[in-house]
Amino acid sequence: MKILVCISHVPDTTSKINFADNNTAFDTAGVQFVINPYDEFGLTRALWIKEKQGGTVTVANVGTNVTDPTLRKALAIGADDAIRIDAEPTDAFFVAKQIAALVEENGYDLVICGQESIDYNGGQVPGLVAALLNWPFASPCTGLELDGTNATITREIDGGKEISKATLPIVIGGKKGLVEEKDLRIPNMRGIMTARTKPLLVRPAVDAEKRTTAVEYSKPEPKAAVKLIDKDNVEELVKLLHEEAKVI
Amino acid sequence: MATDLFQSPDYYQLDELLSEEHLLVREATRDWVKKEVTPIIEDYAQRAEFPKHIVNGLAEVGAFGPYIPQEYGGAGLDQISYGLMMQEIERGDSGVRSTCSVQSSLVMYPIYKYGNEEQRKKYLPKLASGEFLGCFGLTEPDHGSNPGGMITNFKDKGDHYLLNGAKMWISNAPFADIAVVWAKDETGRIHGLIVERGMEGFTTPETHNKWSLRASATGELVFDNVKVPKENLLPNKSGLGAPLGCLDSARFGIAWGAIGAAMDCYDTALRYAKERIQFEKPIASFQLQQKKLAEMITEITKAQLLTWRLGVLRNEDKATSAQISMAKRNNVDMALKIAREARQMLGGMGISGEYSIMRHMMNLESVVTYEGTHDIHLLITGMDVTGIPAFK
Ligand SMILES: Cc1cc2nc3c(=O)[nH]c(=O)nc-3n(C[C@H](O)[C@H](O)[C@H](O)COP(=O)(O)OP(=O)(O)OC[C@H]3O[C@@H](n4cnc5c(N)ncnc54)[C@H](O)[C@@H]3O)c2cc1C
Repeated sequence: MKILVCISHVPDTTSKINFADNNTAFDTAGVQFVINPYDEFGLTRALWIKEKQGGTVTVANVGTNVTDPTLRKALAIGADDAIRIDAEPTDAFFVAKQIAALVEENGYDLVICGQESIDYNGGQVPGLVAALLNWPFASPCTGLELDGTNATITREIDGGKEISKATLPIVIGGKKGLVEEKDLRIPNMRGIMTARTKPLLVRPAVDAEKRTTAVEYSKPEPKAAVKLIDKDNVEELVKLLHEEAKVI
Repeated sequence: MATDLFQSPDYYQLDELLSEEHLLVREATRDWVKKEVTPIIEDYAQRAEFPKHIVNGLAEVGAFGPYIPQEYGGAGLDQISYGLMMQEIERGDSGVRSTCSVQSSLVMYPIYKYGNEEQRKKYLPKLASGEFLGCFGLTEPDHGSNPGGMITNFKDKGDHYLLNGAKMWISNAPFADIAVVWAKDETGRIHGLIVERGMEGFTTPETHNKWSLRASATGELVFDNVKVPKENLLPNKSGLGAPLGCLDSARFGIAWGAIGAAMDCYDTALRYAKERIQFEKPIASFQLQQKKLAEMITEITKAQLLTWRLGVLRNEDKATSAQISMAKRNNVDMALKIAREARQMLGGMGISGEYSIMRHMMNLESVVTYEGTHDIHLLITGMDVTGIPAFK
């Protein structure tokens, strides 16, 4: 069983978000980067599969060398090897092309992505990878069981869950439920030392056009103060909901 | 306790002096502390109970002997990594850090440095995995700052040594599986002996009613004609320099650990001061409170620089005992002062178990005393610069 876990390198959720270059780029100054939380659930699930039925877990990232610490952490947690496709992850199509090319070259049985990355939250990469490979795809997955090459997938849908079956190879977009928060692994010191000698391969990007361009970023309006309206003044409430909040 | 929102200050971009691996070591230890220590520690400290269940976790994360080579169960990390781990663990609690210091620097270190191959193989992997917990017996009821005056002694009885005496204020004593005990032979020379729980005549009564390090157990080691097998003597170093070598390693970790406690107090006080409103303003807007915060971050930054440099020297095996003394003394004193100021900044809330500050403050009263008191370390610096010892 060869498993590929796609890892994105994202700002920690407590980061203060600012923009640089005239609001056309995210300002990384002072920002802590972490493994995308959705990917961490997938990585842990991949390690469980490996521990139960054998195989290898490779982690991959499309990024410049600033993402190496994130890959190294995934190695310290237990991945066998890491591959970094050396390019700025400009848009979802570009990233998906890189991953699909890697999968075609190395031949994995299972590709686990997160349902989305918590930086831009596009959520497009896993679906695009599956489409480029012409493989079955399911997202957002809250459960994955394997029996040989048969996969049983639990997917979150509005108001319930959907259970489907597919034959490997498949691509999934995972989230909490693949494993729980308490199952996530903190690297230990021996893991960190072993990660030193595990391969972290850097390979050039394949040609791929960029299909989207960010024009400008802006922050959401700060929350306005709460307006309290006397319980007897229903007319005023209706008026404000209509004219100010514009919700009715 | 409230949720652990800790964020570490890095005023001088010192992270740039650390390697990618150092940062990972720190992050992993911090995550572990947030998950396993902060949620439970206040409760254990209030009840004056050692959280025994975290021993396995400490072993699993690699807090026992991080710099001991992998072949003996350690992680083989460098000294800065060890320091960063102690910083993060003491950020949680000085008592938990004490357990790690004792296990790593006072039990594993002497066995690794002064023990023979059989002793290393027999004890180190079990100490690293937490199967064995160790303690270190140097201090006696009548010999604290002056350990060279110790009266605990052993006599050569042909096929074994006969050990008599008593040690006091020993961290982890009440439930330690083994003790590294310092005692004099018949010529008055100090040697280290490994004493195992269960040896006849060896008891470890607990010391109760401490107001400090309440989540760490402290006790006595009493030796009443204990027959110690000859193979339990640490053969490769003797004299007072042997236990002092262990103390160098532990004090190095404490110098880093104290920064952790100080950072936690500063971080808590800073957040509180920005949120707490008095006279229609956050208290952080008053100059008196800003003075406190500004001085805290200045002192923390100086301490970080001191330990970072000391770590580099220690990695190169160039740090002197006197340099380690200076860092231990400076940083613990700095942390204690910050804890006291931070406690005041929280007003009444500062004395409650809702926040970690008062616990840190009480813990640091032990840290400023053990591993060489604040005064003794000053005398060490004094002796180092003048060449004249002023102890006697
Ligand atoms: C919680 C806790 C845990 C401990 N754990 C351990 C352990 O695991 N193993 C271990 O061996 N020990 C341990 N200790 C003992 C600790 O190292 C001693 O308490 C310390 O060395 C001081 O010794 P003392 O208490 O006898 O004080 P004393 O030596 O009696 O000192 C009392 C005061 O006199 C001052 N003083 C002493 N001599 C001089 C001098 N020449 N000049 C000027 N001032 C002087 C000291 O600075 C101090 O202020 C622990 C202590 C505590 C509180």
